[in-house]
Amino acid sequence: MPLFKPNRYRGKLIVVEGIDGSGKSTQISLLSHWLRSSGYAVAFSEWNSSPLVRQATRRGKKKEMFTPTTFSLIHATDFADRMESYILPLVKAGAIVCADRYAYTAFARDVARGVGRRWVRNLYRFAIHPNLAFYFRVPLDVALGRILGGRDALKYYEAGMDLGLARDVEESFRIFQGRILDEYEAMAEEVGFHIIDASLPIEEQQRQMREVVVRELGAGPEGGVLRVPEGEAVA
Amino acid sequence: MLNRKPLEFYTEALPGVDTSELQGKLIVIEGPDAVGRSTQIALLRQWLEREGHAVLDSGMARSALAGKGIKMAKEGNTLGPITMTLFYTADFADRLENEIIPALRAGFVVLIDRYIYSIMARAIARNEDRRWIEHVAGFALVPHATYYLHANVETLVSRVVLGRGAFDYWESGMDLRFGPDKYESFIRYQARLIRALDSMVKPYDFSVIDAEQPVMRIFAELRKRIGKLSLPRTAARERTRGVAAKAAV
Repeated sequence: MPLFKPNRYRGKLIVVEGIDGSGKSTQISLLSHWLRSSGYAVAFSEWNSSPLVRQATRRGKKKEMFTPTTFSLIHATDFADRMESYILPLVKAGAIVCADRYAYTAFARDVARGVGRRWVRNLYRFAIHPNLAFYFRVPLDVALGRILGGRDALKYYEAGMDLGLARDVEESFRIFQGRILDEYEAMAEEVGFHIIDASLPIEEQQRQMREVVVRELGAGPEGGVLRVPEGEAVA
Repeated sequence: MLNRKPLEFYTEALPGVDTSELQGKLIVIEGPDAVGRSTQIALLRQWLEREGHAVLDSGMARSALAGKGIKMAKEGNTLGPITMTLFYTADFADRLENEIIPALRAGFVVLIDRYIYSIMARAIARNEDRRWIEHVAGFALVPHATYYLHANVETLVSRVVLGRGAFDYWESGMDLRFGPDKYESFIRYQARLIRALDSMVKPYDFSVIDAEQPVMRIFAELRKRIGKLSLPRTAARERTRGVAAKAAV
């Protein structure tokens, strides 16, 4: 059975995946700015950002009341709202939607929490298939160094503290991220990721991404993607 | 369905739950909107408690996690069908793991006003993939009994008009955009829900009760059928006493 629904519309969907500290958010941000300045209609959607579901997510995190199953379902609800009210209509209209994390995040993270592999894949079957899914492959230590070096305290669920892996937050985070990394690596082939070596310089990673994107989008607007007409100013 | 026994998971085991520890009884009341489910739950609860059982009742959108969020989302009338299905499933999962399973471990009789079947029926009425939602909701426990209060749409209409006096946006399925008229939309939407629930009678082993009858006749019928379930009376009675003693202190 296919993982997702095929994208039969004018627009394109580009997603980035990887563990925390892999640099994927930086890359998708650079890419979306470049696409916009090239005249394309670009929209951006971030994991866990639906205003409709925000209250429940906040409550669950604050009171530490999530189980692996409710954590998975609330994040799927958040994703569904963004899919139904934002991503899908924009892709239909011909925009390029860039998503920072997609269903693969749930496939990796929820399974690392103990949720069934097949169950969580079925859960997201309503999603549309991305045209491009970039996976930022990074060694665990490099990612951990980036996160633990320059950031605020780790949060409870982010560190996988709900799983009782370790008493120490940093130790728990290490183990949990390691499990997530294993899940990403295990699915990389199954889902057809474009793999980017995330230990390369930022500019080099971006160059590789753009090369793949240009190939996918084709030379011009004949693919149906919305673009500002030649000669007009870009908003 | 799938020859599962009561208090086993349908298709998906919840992480960290050992179903062999569960010893209470799980009783579900199903049926469309305005069919009289909550009236029957209130009567059943009183009756079961008088009989000495420890009772927990639980219903949709009452979870600590998602109850408020669902109500807020519904007020905005911007809830897409898949988002709605998943939000209700999250609400159900929270109640299952944090209320229903602990109560079953303690030997309670758990009375549920609408189970996964209503979530599934609403999804099916909105043309979502049946196998998708069956798999999503597959972590539900098989109940000891599901009583399906069955009535035709005309009966529901008269109960809405006589009882609540107005048609609700969501109960009328206005999000399906059948048209601007709530009465007509209610009829079409509820007919779809009834059809979806009817299709579950066999696979999910529903016990059908004619809900066109007067309230007390339905109640008598439910009592008769529940009486055959051999509820764990003595154990629960001692527990209730324990709770009462604690409360007295």
